[in-house]
Amino acid sequence: MAEPSLAVEMRGIVKRFPGVLANDHVNLAVRTGEVHALLGENGAGKTTLMNILYGIYHPDEGEIFVKGKHVRIHSPSDAIRLGIGMVHQQFRLVPSHTVAENVVLGLPRPFFFPERAARQKLREFAQKYGLEVDPDARIWQLSAGEQQRVEIVKALYRGADILILDEPTSMLTPQEIRELMATVRRMAAEGKTVIFITHKLDEVFAASDRVTVLRQGKVVATLETSQTDKRELARLMVGRDVLFRLEKKPVTLGPTVLEVKNLHVRGDRGQMAVKGVSFHIAAGEILGIAGVAGNGQRELAEALAGLRPAVKGHVFLKGKDVTNQPPRVLARSGVCYVPAERPVGTVPNLSVAENLVLKAYDQSPFCNGIFLDPEAIANHADRLIAEYGVATPSRETPLKLLSGGNIQRAILARETSCAPSLLIAVHPTSGLDVGATEYIRQTLLAQREQGTAVLLVSEDLEEILQLSDRIAVMYGGEIMGILPAEQADLETIGLMMAGIHREVA
Amino acid sequence: MTIWDQILSALRAAVPAAAPLLYGTLGEVTAERSGVVNLGMEGMMLMGAVVAFAVTQATGNVWLALLAAALIGALMGLIHAFATISLRVNQVVAGLALTMIGTGISGIMGKRFIGMPPRVQLKPVPIPILSDIPVIGPILFNHDVLVYIALLMVPLMWFLFYKTRWGVSLRSVGEDPATADAMGVNVFRVRYLAVTFGGLMAGIGGAYLPIVYTPAWIEGMTAGAGWIVIALTIFSMWDPARALLGAYLFGGVRILQYRLQKLGVSPPLLNTLPFVFTILVLLISAGETMRKRLGAPAALMKPYAREER
Ligand SMILES: Nc1ncnc2c1ncn2[C@@H]1O[C@H](COP(=O)(O)OP(=O)(O)OP(=O)(O)O)[C@@H](O)[C@H]1O
Ligand SMILES: [Mg+2]
Repeated sequence: MAEPSLAVEMRGIVKRFPGVLANDHVNLAVRTGEVHALLGENGAGKTTLMNILYGIYHPDEGEIFVKGKHVRIHSPSDAIRLGIGMVHQQFRLVPSHTVAENVVLGLPRPFFFPERAARQKLREFAQKYGLEVDPDARIWQLSAGEQQRVEIVKALYRGADILILDEPTSMLTPQEIRELMATVRRMAAEGKTVIFITHKLDEVFAASDRVTVLRQGKVVATLETSQTDKRELARLMVGRDVLFRLEKKPVTLGPTVLEVKNLHVRGDRGQMAVKGVSFHIAAGEILGIAGVAGNGQRELAEALAGLRPAVKGHVFLKGKDVTNQPPRVLARSGVCYVPAERPVGTVPNLSVAENLVLKAYDQSPFCNGIFLDPEAIANHADRLIAEYGVATPSRETPLKLLSGGNIQRAILARETSCAPSLLIAVHPTSGLDVGATEYIRQTLLAQREQGTAVLLVSEDLEEILQLSDRIAVMYGGEIMGILPAEQADLETIGLMMAGIHREVA
Repeated sequence: MTIWDQILSALRAAVPAAAPLLYGTLGEVTAERSGVVNLGMEGMMLMGAVVAFAVTQATGNVWLALLAAALIGALMGLIHAFATISLRVNQVVAGLALTMIGTGISGIMGKRFIGMPPRVQLKPVPIPILSDIPVIGPILFNHDVLVYIALLMVPLMWFLFYKTRWGVSLRSVGEDPATADAMGVNVFRVRYLAVTFGGLMAGIGGAYLPIVYTPAWIEGMTAGAGWIVIALTIFSMWDPARALLGAYLFGGVRILQYRLQKLGVSPPLLNTLPFVFTILVLLISAGETMRKRLGAPAALMKPYAREER
């Protein structure tokens, strides 16, 4: 049998960053017309490898072959010329520009804005791959799913036949994920080669023909997807067996910690984002808030953390009215907050150690009078880094150089190490690999066992169902209903997410 | 003269008074759209002015003088580009340094020209037919060529900004260089070109003062025009059409200054007028920017490096 032709071959790729070996002699072979999944934990070096293929990073060693030819890729424009397109993990779209402007950006010709041609092509992609986009919409007005379509269209518009998707599903709703998978399959059927970066095992099986697993910068295996299973892939990726089931111990509920009454909060554009929400959480209880993103969950969480004013209603913490108290006061009274967007809640340029004391740097033992105590800060950092398994070259490394999962571990370490009475966690595991996800979920359960009241906002229904004691569903700024976990199933919650009211439990 | 005549002549005088500001603002708008602030405008305008005057005296040719002014401006722009884009020096510091250097060198170079009239000078060229239109004709269509060029540059630049791929690249580089880079735009080239062009425009704007407007060399003759240009760039919300509005507003303030002086208001007090106006205008445009959620180019003052997080 003849070897199938290779669209991309990377041989012996090495890439070092200060303090990390991001790619360690990586070999990757992608066949023409296949969907190839690139699987690995946070920080495994997936993005780095693909950035090398796309000309954003330059490898320290190694060779690249595209469609059988030895190539040197110095910049993204070289990659584009070779027919490679990349959709980045953080979307690369200019928010204030229109879809059409974003799509034609960087094209060598024509000189005048190719209005008509752009529209024509966009219609064509809409038909062929189901990539519907409005050319006149501005990017900031679009949902994550729509922005992603723009990204894919952008690559196709440049004639890409090798398409790299870097964690394309991390910001999508379950339905959008299904659509994306269909699009990916359709593109492969049309003869395009797709490299699909993910750390979600389900997606590997939903879309890929073959899968390459990266661990700590090294390739551990390349397998036919049909000849492997979840358990094997998880073990290859993490390097040990992974529990897929969490143990949730029964906990006797304590007194009510948080009580919210008729809360109204405005969103970024001045509209009412939370419209009269009421609920309570007891010590030792996890209240899960489900719902499609953008239905007021973020605003609710921010209001409870003191980051957004409440225009009406009340918030009681252990019986005390704390409505519109500043974040500092709330933090002192035991409210901890793990925000959704990763860089929020950290100072990226400060070191890991400094970020870990961000909440308490002005208190003993970290501070005497006006002087910081570097030794206390260092000890504290070392303890948390070890305890929470934060992978970092050193405690002095700027936090922004860690991978997403490790930044999240660091935030969680800071927020939960001070024995909070209320923990607000917003999308705590989005974008994280199975290992990190498992760890963070266990941490949340451990908090619950210690008698913390936990408010968990998540779009991952699996997560909500696994962790919560009661589940509230938000839609259009209101709570559609609150169900005890035993009575909740995907079906009921799905209906409530679409705006159908339910009894409050 | 009747009041009406007074108003007409003031309106007419404001047009050439605005020309140097317009050149400078269009240049700064371009540079800032690419993400680079150029606080060296004042120095570049002064260098343009002194070089233009020197070349006029040496050759007797205003066009050569303009060319030389444009080149010295572009050269200073290139220096700013090299410092801020390649060496990644802080843009504020590099710009201020260029202003100090320009002020100093132009002062030294200009010493021997003080009190000299220029050998030649650009004369107004009335545009046939258009200049005969009542009221508007004399106000707009009876000026020197540089005024016309400045006016024509406004629609031209607007078109380039919004209707061509150059414009899309320029605006994207200033908003989100990582995205532009990923799409194959050469971020460094776009920024170099924009900043160099900004310097070139400053040079021409400066040249206008000694060979047309004043006409003579006076030390520090820009009198803060380079700073007003920076404010106008913000007022214009980085849009060439609004740059026109702003420049003429300030041209008007200049003329008001002269007229009030004739009425006996103290000159030092009047000299503060443009700056008082600058503050007013910035306050107004700050409110407006907030309302319309139109801000500065998002990557303004941020150097770009590919492999950095
Ligand atoms: N520009 C950079 N500067 C310094 N270190 C970097 C840089 N980019 C990546 N790294 C480091 O290289 C390693 C691999 O990172 P990479 O982003 O490739 O991981 P990944 O597999 O894509 O993870 P994730 O799932 O979190 O996106 C990490 O340790 C990261 O901290
Ligand atoms: Mg990545």
